[in-house]
Amino acid sequence: MSGSALLATIEFRERGGACEENPKALFCFDWARHNLDRYETPTIQHLQLVLAAVAIGFAIAFTLALLAHRRHWLQPPLLAATGVLYTIPSVAFFFLLLPLTGRGVDTAVIALTAFNLQIIYRNTLIGLANVPASVRDAARGMGLTDRQLLWRVEVPLATPEIIAGLRIATVSTIAIATLAVFVSGWGLGEEIYKSLNFPTGIIIGGGIAILMAMFFDACLYLIQRAATPWTRKASG
Amino acid sequence: MTPVGSIGGAIEFIFQPQPSNVTGGKLVGGFSQTVELALTQLEVTLLALALALVLAMPLGLWLGHRGTGGFFAVAIGNAGRGIPELALIALMAAVIGVGILNVTIALSILGIPPILTNAFTGIRQADRASVDAARGIGMTELEILTRVEMPLAIPTLMAGVRGATIAIVATATIAPLAGVVTLGDYIINENVYGENGVVAGAICVALMAVVLEFGLAGLQRLLTSRGLKLST
Repeated sequence: MSGSALLATIEFRERGGACEENPKALFCFDWARHNLDRYETPTIQHLQLVLAAVAIGFAIAFTLALLAHRRHWLQPPLLAATGVLYTIPSVAFFFLLLPLTGRGVDTAVIALTAFNLQIIYRNTLIGLANVPASVRDAARGMGLTDRQLLWRVEVPLATPEIIAGLRIATVSTIAIATLAVFVSGWGLGEEIYKSLNFPTGIIIGGGIAILMAMFFDACLYLIQRAATPWTRKASG
Repeated sequence: MTPVGSIGGAIEFIFQPQPSNVTGGKLVGGFSQTVELALTQLEVTLLALALALVLAMPLGLWLGHRGTGGFFAVAIGNAGRGIPELALIALMAAVIGVGILNVTIALSILGIPPILTNAFTGIRQADRASVDAARGIGMTELEILTRVEMPLAIPTLMAGVRGATIAIVATATIAPLAGVVTLGDYIINENVYGENGVVAGAICVALMAVVLEFGLAGLQRLLTSRGLKLST
């Protein structure tokens, strides 16, 4: 693997830019201007990894949370199971999967999904549990069935917590997906890993990841505000 | 999907040195090397955790007690999750240099957000009536913080410490990139340790995280006052 780092260093020299004299400089704009295009593919790969992991994680966690909300006896085993997934560090999880799924994007997506499951599951469950009993009683009094109660009352009222969970999951997954390079060679981690000893490359790769995280965080926040107009009225 | 390494092979690697693919079949791995790497990982984890605690805990407790700066504490918490660990370690190594001090600083940055945010919210959420009662019987502000608010906030405070510990011990895995040879060496230098070495490294890191988690859960039980245990 250090061989690939060496190759990358040679590649940097060939691509030119003012960094040749001082590759150790904190940031060389000239190099950045000439080489920004090389970050396009890793950025798209990174997006794909994160979106796949968060979408699958959300589908599984949301379903499990609805089940556990309805059948309380499911809660302790599910909490333990998702807790174990969370405690096993994502770095380790990537490699623990190797004997099962081998190297590749699948392995990276599975590990990232397992990581954000717990966050989304816990927030969804808390959101559903926090719906006031009086609201639930009123809805039943109006003659809502269990299903109507869930989808028309409980899920909408739990939306702020559910989206808060999604925001945490998305932001953390974007950061941790940089480690996917070790099992799949995908994502922004690839560029960062190639740039060891080359600060400019690390800053651009890491910077794109941070911007991506901020962008999704802001988007989800706006979605939450749009989806729950009553929270604005209550606070304002 | 071609499986890489095997669990059985990895467990063998942990206990029994195996001939390496390179370095002329020299023996690598085995119990003594694993213990050595694990101790390094534990050392750098505890150092970074201690640094993060010193930097973030007093600040979070103070802000929570005063009830100001909530936006700051929560914003730091949110931003902290978005820091790509690989970039952080690589940048530290490239700019400041390698070594245990730099890795400790880089890792402690990961521990600050959960500790700070949870310290703030934990203290904020302490029962106001209890705090008023404490003030009423003439406790000083420091006494209120340490003898009323902190004991009530122990679950939230410890959740922050546990989150920080898991993040730090996980990321200490990539510390070999910055010259600190932790269990991650098995993972990063696959050309030396082979496929089973990679899986062995992952197993050890996972075990260490689980052990630390159990240890902190035990510590939390010790720190929870007897009165609070009775009430739940």
